[in-house]
Amino acid sequence: MAQVAIGLVNGAFYAMLSLGLAVIFGMLNVINFTHGAQFMMGAFAAWLLLGHLDVPFWASLILSPLLVGLFGVILERLLLKRIYHLDHLYGFLLTFGLALIIEGLAQWKWGSSGAPYPAPITGGTNLGFMIMPTYRLFVVVAALVVCLATWYGIERTRLGAYLRAATENPTLVRAFGINVPRLITLTYGLGVALAALAGVLAAPIQQVSALMGTNLVLVVFAVVVIGGMGSIMGSIVTGFGLGLIEGLTKVYYPPASNTVIFVVMALVLLVKPAGLFGQKR
Amino acid sequence: MMKDSQRTLVIAIVAALALAAPWVAYPVFLMTALCFALFACAFNLLLGYAGLMSFGHAMFFGMAGYFYGHVVKTWNLPPELGLIAGVAGAAAIGLVTGALAIRRQGIYFAMITLAFAQMVYFFCVQAPFTGGEDGLQGIPRKPLLGIIPTHDDHVLYYVVLAIFLFGFGTIYRIIHSPFGQVLKAIRDNEQRAVSLGYEADRYKLLAFVLSAALAGLAGATKAMVLQFATLTDVSAAMSGEVVLMALVGGLGTITGPVIGAFILVTMQNYLASFGEFVLVIQGVIFVVIVIAFRRGLVGELSALWRARFQPRSTEPETAD
Repeated sequence: MAQVAIGLVNGAFYAMLSLGLAVIFGMLNVINFTHGAQFMMGAFAAWLLLGHLDVPFWASLILSPLLVGLFGVILERLLLKRIYHLDHLYGFLLTFGLALIIEGLAQWKWGSSGAPYPAPITGGTNLGFMIMPTYRLFVVVAALVVCLATWYGIERTRLGAYLRAATENPTLVRAFGINVPRLITLTYGLGVALAALAGVLAAPIQQVSALMGTNLVLVVFAVVVIGGMGSIMGSIVTGFGLGLIEGLTKVYYPPASNTVIFVVMALVLLVKPAGLFGQKR
Repeated sequence: MMKDSQRTLVIAIVAALALAAPWVAYPVFLMTALCFALFACAFNLLLGYAGLMSFGHAMFFGMAGYFYGHVVKTWNLPPELGLIAGVAGAAAIGLVTGALAIRRQGIYFAMITLAFAQMVYFFCVQAPFTGGEDGLQGIPRKPLLGIIPTHDDHVLYYVVLAIFLFGFGTIYRIIHSPFGQVLKAIRDNEQRAVSLGYEADRYKLLAFVLSAALAGLAGATKAMVLQFATLTDVSAAMSGEVVLMALVGGLGTITGPVIGAFILVTMQNYLASFGEFVLVIQGVIFVVIVIAFRRGLVGELSALWRARFQPRSTEPETAD
């Protein structure tokens, strides 16, 4: 059961990250390879804020995504906006290059070994069938809340409606007097902030290290292929679901736990090539 | 386009340089660069001419190295069988992953190949025959075909040069064959090619397998030269590196990837002492090229050449 709980925690990260990727892809048509690096930046921001300014975890939970989101906004304004008219390929390559730069710099400054971040909540909670560290429980609940809030924001509010409309037909939405480029910038900032938030939440569980997002982003790509990027809810469900599957694999056949998500991806491609929640494109 | 006489002259100079090179430069460095050049050409065959962006080519390159090492070191068979095993193994992996990956298009294709490469990477970390973190070390350099003494770096250089020319020639033939023309048609407009009766998926799959096999040839040759096969060669970073080589030289140009590979291998040689900074520099090159020089070195130079010498050319630009 403990492994299942860990699986759920990983699922929470997959869900938040694939959600951010989906939101960004919907609006910018860019697969954000920098997502893993921005996840790492979120964790590092929290760690640095704690170490140098004594900012507690709860404040970092807000501050760090804001800072990293702002960084994302700058990136979008300076670089990403120049390549929207090109093939998807170039967005992929550009963000890959940015990820190399960010992770390389972090590795150069702080090395690749991890630094611990103290858990803000200690102790365990008895769930009846098992005792789960309270902090991990908090992560799962927090991720669920954040994911659902993002879903609500995009599917049920006026700003979300603009966003969806601009995804469908940016020219028309501009003609109605809505500042689409600004909307795009904000969307990227939001997606990046989500990644950073996941990073802050991950900091007390994993070690804060320069390469903590490198492999994660590749797994999240597989999650995105499985779920398809058409639906927000689809990303959330797929993320948590795959976390669970990974956790269960750890119980029954540990050697495959690293690869099970990729196997699932292969199976989904065989059976439903467009992804579980995706439209054919 | 250059005149025929100019072209012959350029080819003659390059051939003379290639033959004389090991007596001037360090042969192992040249051989490594040739292996990467072939690897980049194989990648470019897929992206430049079939329009398929694979971000997982390291799985073919790296696995072929392991196959070579296993056949030559563990089974104690001659190197030519190792090379064949590397090529066949890479082609087999290409057949399986390619058949799945071509079910999605565009950027999903890149993500799927990347994911499969990561799966292969995790497999290599755990599988017993790869030697895990240590890799396969000390693969012996046995005589090729029973007679060619490959333990001599200078002799081996000419062997590697021949392998490279074989691979390069194969790619050249593929591109200029009817098959290559159909590939380009699919790249430019898949629906139209399908409407003309071409089964696009079969063409794409064959291109993918060919590219995988050639990447495998490059990987197996590298294992023969450096006498080891490690996790680095199957990692996502290696997949990114080969993309960068093709991008620096020029996507969809036939000589671009070769030049890109030589530039990057040279760069790594000189920057090895900078450690993590090599990654940063690679990242910066990615960003600069994508923003400003998308045609790559060869692409930009040939554009300059055309603008300088053929200001009023009525000849339509050729796609390759």
